[in-house]
This record gives sequence, C-alpha cells and structure tokens, in this order.
Amino acid sequence: MSTARALLVALGAVALGLALLALGLWAAGYDALAALGALWDGAFGSWYALTSATLVRAVPLIIVGLSIAVAFRAGALNIGAEGQFYAGAIAATWVGLHVGAWPMPAAILATWLAALAAGALWIVVPVWLRVRYGVLEVISTLVLNFVAEALVSLMVQGPLQEHTHIYPQSDLIAASARLPLLPGTRLHLGFLLALALGVSFWWLFARTVWGFRLLAVGLGPRAALVSGRVPARRMIAAALLLSGAIAGLAGAVEVGGVSRALYQNLSPGYGFTAIAVALLARLRPLGVILTGILFGALEAGAGAMQRDAGIPSVLVYVVEAVIILVVLLADVAARRSLARGGQG
Amino acid sequence: MSTPPSPLALRGIAKRFGSVQALHGADFVLAAGEVHALLGENGAGKTTLMRVADGLVRPDAGAVLVDGVARALRSPRDARRLGIGMVHQHSTAIPSLTVAENVALAAGWPVRPAELRRRFGALVARTGLALEPDTYAGRLSVSLKQRLEILKVLAAEARVLLLDEPTAVLAPAEVGELLSMVRAFAAGGGSVVLITHKLDEALAVAGRVTVLRHGRVTLESAAAETTPARLLEAMLGRDGGTAERREVAPVQGEPPVRPALVVADHLDLPRESGYGVVLRDGSLVVRAGEIVGVAAVEGNGQRELLRAVAGLVQPLRGRLEVAQPVAFIPEDRTTEGLIPELSLAENVTLGLGDRAAWVHGTRLRRIDWRAARRRTAELIRQFGVRAAGPTAPAASLSGGNQQRIVVARALELAPRVIVAENPTRGLDVAAAREVHERLRAAAAAGAAVLVHASDLDEVLALATRVLVVAGGAILAPGPAPTRATVGALMLRGRASS
Repeated sequence: MSTARALLVALGAVALGLALLALGLWAAGYDALAALGALWDGAFGSWYALTSATLVRAVPLIIVGLSIAVAFRAGALNIGAEGQFYAGAIAATWVGLHVGAWPMPAAILATWLAALAAGALWIVVPVWLRVRYGVLEVISTLVLNFVAEALVSLMVQGPLQEHTHIYPQSDLIAASARLPLLPGTRLHLGFLLALALGVSFWWLFARTVWGFRLLAVGLGPRAALVSGRVPARRMIAAALLLSGAIAGLAGAVEVGGVSRALYQNLSPGYGFTAIAVALLARLRPLGVILTGILFGALEAGAGAMQRDAGIPSVLVYVVEAVIILVVLLADVAARRSLARGGQG
Repeated sequence: MSTPPSPLALRGIAKRFGSVQALHGADFVLAAGEVHALLGENGAGKTTLMRVADGLVRPDAGAVLVDGVARALRSPRDARRLGIGMVHQHSTAIPSLTVAENVALAAGWPVRPAELRRRFGALVARTGLALEPDTYAGRLSVSLKQRLEILKVLAAEARVLLLDEPTAVLAPAEVGELLSMVRAFAAGGGSVVLITHKLDEALAVAGRVTVLRHGRVTLESAAAETTPARLLEAMLGRDGGTAERREVAPVQGEPPVRPALVVADHLDLPRESGYGVVLRDGSLVVRAGEIVGVAAVEGNGQRELLRAVAGLVQPLRGRLEVAQPVAFIPEDRTTEGLIPELSLAENVTLGLGDRAAWVHGTRLRRIDWRAARRRTAELIRQFGVRAAGPTAPAASLSGGNQQRIVVARALELAPRVIVAENPTRGLDVAAAREVHERLRAAAAAGAAVLVHASDLDEVLALATRVLVVAGGAILAPGPAPTRATVGALMLRGRASS
C-alpha cells in the first residue's frame, strides 16, 4: 500500500472513530460538540496542553511503538513490551539513585544504557525459547509482563523502597539523572530522543540491508532463507533483542522525565497501546511518530473531556479501537485486491 | 436415441480482471461420460473459465448451462449442489484435521467416529482411491494431498470433475495412476475437464480437446482428429513445431580439461525432513559448460543433492566443493523464490544480497533503491517480463513472468554454478523453451549447470549429461541415454548400483 493511501486510510479511520464517539455521546444524551471541544482543547487547545499533556504522553508511546515495529517487521510478535518497559524502569531507577555525583550527561546516559540492557535481558529467555525450541514468543513475552509487574512491586517494597519505608515507591532519582525540561512545560528531553529514534529506525528500515532483511524474514522466511540466504532465526533473535532494549529505554525515559521515581502502575499499559500505535503506522517509524502523538492526544483529551464535560475518559478507547479496526480492514482489502490482480 | 443434454456448457463467457480481459466470449461444451482436455498457455484463461463453472468467478457476460438449464452460480456451494466439483492446483485441506475429517467437512458428513469411518470406507471402495483416514492432512505428500482433494469432490457426489493441472505436482508413475482414475470415473458416466498444457497427456487421455488462447477458443476437436502440431499451433498462434525436443548432445568426446566447478566426493546427505540419510556415498562432478540433468522419482534424494550443491543442506559426511557464486532456482516460486508482497526490485535485491551493485558500505551496508529499480527495469525489459514496473509486487505477475524474474535474478549473479529445480514447472511451452535457452546460454558461457526436472523428457532434452538418483545413490546411465534406459535406472534400487 502506498504511503499516500496509508495516510488517507489512517485519517479516515480517525475521522470515523471520532464520528462514532460523537454519535454515541449524542445518543446517550451528552452534548457531543462540547465533549469533542473539550477533547480538542485538552489535546491541542493551548501550548501547555500540546507540550505537557499530548507530547509527554506521546513520548513512551512513540518509543515503545518503535520497539514493537522492529519485532513485528521481522514477524516476531513481542507482546511483552510492557514487561521490558518495567525492567528498564527498574534498572534506570537503581542507576539513577546512585549517580548523584556524576555530571548530568553521563548520569542520564548511564540510566539509558542500564535500561537498554535490562530490556534486552528481559526478552532473552523468550528469544532463546523461540530460536531453540520454536516456542511462540507471543506467549512467553506476554507471561513475563506479569513477572515484571510483580518484580516492580517487590522492588518498591524491598530493595528500592524510599528511605522512610512507608510508601510503596522508590526515592526520587538523583537530580543529575533527571531529564531537562522545556522551560515552562513538562515536556522533557525524551521527546527529542523519540524523534531521533524514529528517524534512525526509518533509515535502518528503508536504507540498509539489515532493515530490508528484517522485512523479508517477516514476510517470507522460507524465501528469505532459500533465495536470500538470510538466517531467519538470527534475524528474529536480533529483532527481538533490539525490541526489548528499546522498550526498556522507554522505561528509563519515563522515570527520568516524568515520574522521577519507581512506582507500581508506572505504565498505564503503554506496552499494549503501543501495539496499536505501531500497527496504525503500518510499522513505519516516521508513521509511529505521528500515530504516537495522535494516541497521546486522544489520551490527553480524554482526561480533559472527563474534567470539563463529565464524560468517562474510557470512551476514548472506543475511538482507538475503531481506528485499529478500520486500518486492519483496509489492510485485508488491499491484500485481497493484490491477490485478485495476480490471477492469470 | 437422443443424446442427453450436456452436464456442463459454457456459452459466450467474458470476464475482466482490472485491466486484463481474461476471457472474451469463450464457449465450452462437456459431454456426459467424456474426458475433455482444456489446453492453453499460462494466462490463456483456462483456470478462470473453469472457476466460472465452479461458481468461484462470476462472469461479466455469458451463461452457464447445467443439464441444459441456465444456472446462476454464486459460489462453489451452488456448483457442488449441481454435481460440479473442482480440484485446485493447491491443496485446500485443513492441515490439522485428519483426512476423513477434511472429507466430512467438504461433503457435510457427520463426524461421529463410527459413522465417519463407515462412510469413508464406502467412499474409498466406490472410487478406488485409497487413503489412510486418520492421517493428518498436513502430513500428506503433495500427491496424496491431491488425492484428498479429489476424494473431497467425489464425496460430494460430483458428476462433473474439474481438474486444474493435476499432473503438475506428480511424479511420472503417479501421473499414470491419476489418469487411469480419470478414465474410470468417465467410464462410470462422470465427466472430467482436465486443464493442462501437456499435449501428450491431453491426447492420451481425453476424448475431446478445447484450446484457449488469450481468452478465446482457438480449437475444439475430437482428440483422435487432431495432432500435437495442430494443438501447439492453436495454443501459440504460430507454428510451434516440436523444437522443444532436442537431440541429446554427445559429451563423451568432450575434452576433460574444462574445470570442475562442482566436486562432490562420497557425500552422505540427510533427508530434508531431518530424519535419516537420503543419499549415501554419492559422488558427482559438474564441469564448466556442462548441463547435468538429474532424473529421479520424487523423494529419492535429488532434492537434497541439488540443495547441498546450492549450499542449503549440510552434508553429513564427504567432501563438497562448489565454485562461487552459485545461483539457485527453487521449484516453488511463491514460497521460496519470491516474496509475493515485495516489489520486483526488492525481490531482485533479496536474491543478489551483497553481490548487488547497489549495496554499499562494509559494516551497516546500505541499499541504493533508485539504482535497484533502474537495474530491475532493465531486467524486466531484457527478459520480456510482463509487469507494471520494478515497483510492482511479485504477486501481481503471472507464474511465467514470476519465473522470468527468478531466472533473470539468478543470471544477474554472474554465477559459475547454476542449480535449478524444476525450472519450467507450471510454465507454458514458449516460456519453458525460453528458460531452457537461458540455461543453455549460461552453460555455453562457461557456467556449470545442475538441473532436475520431474519430467524425464525435459531432462533428456536439456541435459548434456544425465545422472539418475535412485535408492539413495547417484547412478550414471550409459553413453547414449534414452527414455527407456534412464527410466529403468530410475526404478532400480541401490542393490543394483
């Protein structure tokens, strides 16, 4: 599917999702226009809303969305980004608590590296099981999400608990490990990192042999092996490890830029929402930046809608679901027309 | 005595797919109790015409008459209700169900074990097609999967059997078995349409022959009243001749100074499925300029031998030296040769890998896609590929054009060794001849070619030297191999080697 057509489908999907939300609100007796207005204001209505609500929420969605895109391109379904995010958050918090004496760039870099390693480590077992025994990574990565959440819970009540030992959270990380903010907003350095990662992945996928092989393995592992001599297992292993590392990095960015400490429920399901973000972007990195911002805006706007118009914010999930369904349907339709054109 | 109405008649069928007019008012009449061959090149519209009869494709114009009554077929289910069933080229069985369950699903039988076993047994007795009912369909070989497809159609009490190139996937011995089943079905009053592009097969088994060319009927005749030359002319639209059959070039006088580009010494090869040894102590030399044809019945190790030379199978024992680069033409275009969703330029790049002129750099190598598209466009022109351009997805091409791209890509490697598995499978006469010419030209330019074809005549026509793989050994027939001597060797076991 061409980029122009993909963009058209995505825009149509968003419009349809919002239209259905409005229809539902109207049918339930709400003032639909006021609700959509509140949604818009909460997401884009002011400089503060754009930067401190929408873009701050978009950062983890973009970074985890890129992590998902790497794995899915290779045909490996990493459903464990949530767990890898937490693994990265734990590692970053631990490092962040110990680097108070370091200069800021070194301290931040240390938290990032620790999180990359922890995210990759969190997916090592699924990778090994997949490559060695063919165990489906969908299941093994998913299961480790629960282990990661339990580990966070253990950490904030044990080794990493704040010094008074009252609250289930860690101390604040050292000031040198906190990400600098855009003055007057809550938007942090992580946004630039997300953009840089998006562009890097675009280059990797669109311009390098490695990125192309990743796609080939995902679409046709037999043909990639027989005609391209691409070692499918090695590519899948590399893609999953990279995916885990990037999801871990998102955890460090969230701790360093937003929470400044480790909590339970640090992630409101970023690892799962990001799957929708990546699919809506058709696993294209530059698209992930846009869809990450879109989903960030929807969630930011949902909060405002609840505050200002008294409408439950969960209704925004309906919009997200409609968007995904429309995009998947368009994908199936495109595949069908391709198959029909192929008949002699 | 009046003749009964035709069980299936198609009148003036027209169908357009996008920009391609697949059928222009084609007529086709099937008589009760006859085997009717439907001939034509790839893309002539044979399959589309029969899909109209099966209710899979709705025609833009024309009528389908069953027993003389016009019918609107909206789905294969409608066709099945009228006693028409089609066996497709690719298996439609569900791999995780057993043979009997697949048949039950197709015929609408109950799946209570005792009842199912009884009905399946009756079906096998009625049709004479034996198949183990409790085997999972996914474990069947290609030819047994086809048998299952036929059983599925017959279980639904079909009177008209539409077979889409049924022999394309079969070894010679299996072809004979299939054709005698077809004859028996017709003798019992059923009617069979045999879609094929093999002339000999059509003339051997069919009572009548219809030839399609570019969506139009160009010939309709009793098989006894026509000749291969006339059929070929109707298919190709010119004097096709029989130049396909070429003399086997004498190689005994060839001076042995040409370099050996493939040397295999006492090789043991594992079966591809991973269990056991399929070839023992096999030795083989292929020299520059040679086309070595491997004749074998399916499953004798020829596949593993070719794939070992291509570098895809690791020998268990022995020495194997192959000059690089090696180009490999796999028999399955759409799962091993090409990635259908990717563009032609991407597929060419996939096959060339680091040897592509448009791949730069050392560590993280980069692809210049503009150069890839430019070169692919040239290949499309040079090899006469009918495609919208280098960015067209491989899935949008017909089988023959897909194979042209696979061959073009293989030769683009400037290979010193070419390994080809059934390189003309599913191709029409003209396209097959073109592939043969390309391989001959490559050999003449100094490449060593190792080729296997299921069709023995093709091996004999193409090869400068013939080897037989049978009973786990590589055997050499005498100096002037013929169909008879090679065929006899193919059936011999290891004991006689």
